[in-house]
Amino acid sequence: MRGRFSSLSKFLSAGAIAAGISLSSPAMAQEDTIKVGVLHSLSGTMAISETTLKDTVLFLIDEQNKKGGVLGKKLEAVVVDPASDWPLFAEKARELLSVNKVAVVFGCWTSVSRKSVLPVFEELNGLLFYPVQYEGEESQRNVFYTGAAPNQQAIPAVDYLMNDEGVERWVLAGTDYVYPQTTNKILQAYLESKGVAKEDIMINYTPFGHSDWQTIVTDIKNFGSAGKKTAVVSTINGDANVPFYKELANQGIKAEDIPVVAFSVGEEELAGLDTGPLVGHLTAWNYFQSVDVPENADFIAKWKEFIKDDKRVTNDPMEATYIGFNMWVKAVEKAGSTDPDAVIDAIIGVSVPNLSGGFSAMMPNHHITKPVLIGEIQADGQMETVWQTSGLVVGDEWSDYLPDSKDLISDWRAPMSCGNFNVATGKCGGKGTN
Amino acid sequence: MLIFRRLLAVLLITMACAVPATADDAALRAIIAKFAIAKNFPATEAVVRELAATGDPAVERPLAALADGNLYSRKSDAAVFIGSETGKAVRLSDPLTGAEAGEEPKAAITKIRVNNGLRRTIRDVLGTLTLGSKDPGVRLAAAETMFANPDPEAIAALDAAIEKEAVASVRARLQQARAAAVLQSDLPDADKLAAIEIIAERGDRTALSLLTAYETRAEGPPRDAAADAITTINASLAIWAAAQNVWYGLSLGSVLLLAAIGLAITFGVMGVINMAHGEMVMLGAYTTFVVQNIIRTSFPGLFDWSLAIALPLAFIVAGSVGLAIERGIIRFLYGRPLETLLATWGISLILQQTVRSIFGPTNKEVGNPSWMSGAFQLGELSITWNRLWIMVFSLTVFFLLLFIMKRTPWGLQMRAVTANRRMASSMGIRTPWVDALTFALGSGIAGIAGVALSQIDNVSPNLGQGYIIDSFMVVVFGGVGNLWGTLVGAFSLGVLNKFLEPYVGAVLGKILVLVLIILFIQKRPRGLFALKGRAVEA
Repeated sequence: MRGRFSSLSKFLSAGAIAAGISLSSPAMAQEDTIKVGVLHSLSGTMAISETTLKDTVLFLIDEQNKKGGVLGKKLEAVVVDPASDWPLFAEKARELLSVNKVAVVFGCWTSVSRKSVLPVFEELNGLLFYPVQYEGEESQRNVFYTGAAPNQQAIPAVDYLMNDEGVERWVLAGTDYVYPQTTNKILQAYLESKGVAKEDIMINYTPFGHSDWQTIVTDIKNFGSAGKKTAVVSTINGDANVPFYKELANQGIKAEDIPVVAFSVGEEELAGLDTGPLVGHLTAWNYFQSVDVPENADFIAKWKEFIKDDKRVTNDPMEATYIGFNMWVKAVEKAGSTDPDAVIDAIIGVSVPNLSGGFSAMMPNHHITKPVLIGEIQADGQMETVWQTSGLVVGDEWSDYLPDSKDLISDWRAPMSCGNFNVATGKCGGKGTN
Repeated sequence: MLIFRRLLAVLLITMACAVPATADDAALRAIIAKFAIAKNFPATEAVVRELAATGDPAVERPLAALADGNLYSRKSDAAVFIGSETGKAVRLSDPLTGAEAGEEPKAAITKIRVNNGLRRTIRDVLGTLTLGSKDPGVRLAAAETMFANPDPEAIAALDAAIEKEAVASVRARLQQARAAAVLQSDLPDADKLAAIEIIAERGDRTALSLLTAYETRAEGPPRDAAADAITTINASLAIWAAAQNVWYGLSLGSVLLLAAIGLAITFGVMGVINMAHGEMVMLGAYTTFVVQNIIRTSFPGLFDWSLAIALPLAFIVAGSVGLAIERGIIRFLYGRPLETLLATWGISLILQQTVRSIFGPTNKEVGNPSWMSGAFQLGELSITWNRLWIMVFSLTVFFLLLFIMKRTPWGLQMRAVTANRRMASSMGIRTPWVDALTFALGSGIAGIAGVALSQIDNVSPNLGQGYIIDSFMVVVFGGVGNLWGTLVGAFSLGVLNKFLEPYVGAVLGKILVLVLIILFIQKRPRGLFALKGRAVEA
């Protein structure tokens, strides 16, 4: 009882002192830091991928503060753990925006977590930078998508296989949730538009964390023995990849015979694998750690120093976080304020260096321009670029290959300011979410 | 400057000696040197073809090195070498003779890049070049390559090789490769019919693939013959596919058995609803990782023994954690299943996060020892070594456990305590110790299961979560308290799963299995093999 009393009185006196200070010098009362929210799972199934991104944001904030912060103020990270629990993402987002009053949030990995926080960011008018490749079919005023849209990853990869490897038969294998389903729908429509017959496409879904791949790998092998060159397009996500690649290697499927091109396997995932038998399998991203340009070498060196681990790798979502962070900094400096509305207006057209030796710009549809790289897995777990687009590709939020979305465009500049403008009907508000 | 001097030297030597062998050697070197200036993949491919066109078996060494990504060019003088990485430096050797040529730091050399297309080209050209090799294994591999990638221009070379071939098995393969090439050629129909017969006799997937491709472009009698052959091959493959399914089912069953066997003791025998069971499996897998890490850095020669060393350690680690859990928490909660469930679930979260904090959230690489890598062919069945060993291992563990339970005094005490605690206690059995040791045994066995599962799954803090539901499913389905039930339960669920998967897909297959189990439990609440006697009422 006494303890509680004394702490209460301490609290009161502290409050009085604080009030006194704030009265005496109003200038000091203004926050001298800008708060940056980090909404990545640090526990649960997605911790494997998202923890690295949390560290990346902390690293970028640290670097920015060394340069003097933003608008003369230091940045301060507010880290929360949504624990791979999708409804908790929405709760934590609300906490960040209304309790911690953060200026911007970097976060989410899975599409379902992004979908669950969308209404919160809309309602409280916050800013979210989303750094992971996703299925598209979305453009929201408060969200900036710095990962790849399907036309910045999946479609160029399929083009490469078709033109350079002469693939005629396709296995679309994915984990059973929204990103692989939508991507495969787009890819199927795209392949059919290129004259691939229905019976030359095999679509296969597996549950999250699937670990027994014997039957599916055999199916792939059998599908590939129909006398036509076959490739696997993999949207298999997360933990299931390791047993999948192990089974491929053990059953002796070589990249020369049936190459697998993966959209969710990066340096980080390969770090848990013996990549010797996987040499030659492909991945499609917008960045590889092996990209040989000075910006990247500098980034890797500073990252390893920050994380104090010489073995840590860098990957594509880290680059997307890097781009998003720098775009936000530049937009805030351009707007002269961290007010979300001002930043949303200022950020369009902002261009920052990416880590593959060029510049990425924020487009009016809140997606960015980036190069597309196809890499082959090497024995040391790194990718070697074997092909890349000649220029930058603009992220296309509404796929041109789906009947529901081919008429939609998004432009968040005034006067249109619409995420789903239907060019056929001339009205804002087509299908899809916003 | 250096290049010129070298070229001059080569020229002088050639002129001086004027021996044809040396001239060839110099010509080869001149072609190999072009790798250094090839700027893109088509240019590299042109050099590969040029090398192959010389027909000299000596080009095998540089080409094989190129395919493996071991061909380098030195930045200072654009000389081409075969390299093998040793830490920060690369040990170089001569591309033709393989003689040592010193060491260079990685920064001073560039790797000559290859892609899949190049690897394929190299494999094809090496196929023809290595037909005359002294090693029958290499000749067999060459024949296999030429069978899968037939080239009508190779018929003459194949004929010559068949003529010379003394080993019957290689000869048969060569004849098949020749037949495949004949199908690609414009030889008369009679030859093609004979070729189809030879290929049909082989009867495997590659043969099917060749014939299917041929059927679409053939006409007349060969087309019909090909169609017939395809039907025959398909019929025999269908039988093999069923056998394959049974094997996959048994293999999945052995994994389930391995994961569930520890739980069959802690839950089955002791009746503790142990949600932290999966984490014991994970601890075993991490023990393997640590052991392998130490072996990699300190005793690289022992790598093939890493699993054998990890087994007892994993048993001790997981067993002592289990012992601590039983002594520290569970013994206060006997007879209160709900609280046990919550407490063990809490423990599982604590263990996961602890491992995450120590080792980091990312997957850890656990390597396969050489005897667990790859597959072997049994007819048309391809059986992977790791699955086979896991099956052998899980059955061994099962029978060992059965022996302990049925044939040792400790096992007798364990069963006595489970059957009637008070009676056992009055007979002088120290029931608390039996409880603790039984729980430790169950946890330890989960730990050694982790060693085996680290070979097929990823080693991450979430490893255990993936197995906990399956484990409970197996134990409940098989009959609580009965080890044989766990064995039969695991294998029947595995086979059922694998027979459903090809028809309804992996997602629906899993759902169907769950639904079937629910229905089964409605009909027989005590599982396949229900325990009879006093334990049931207790």
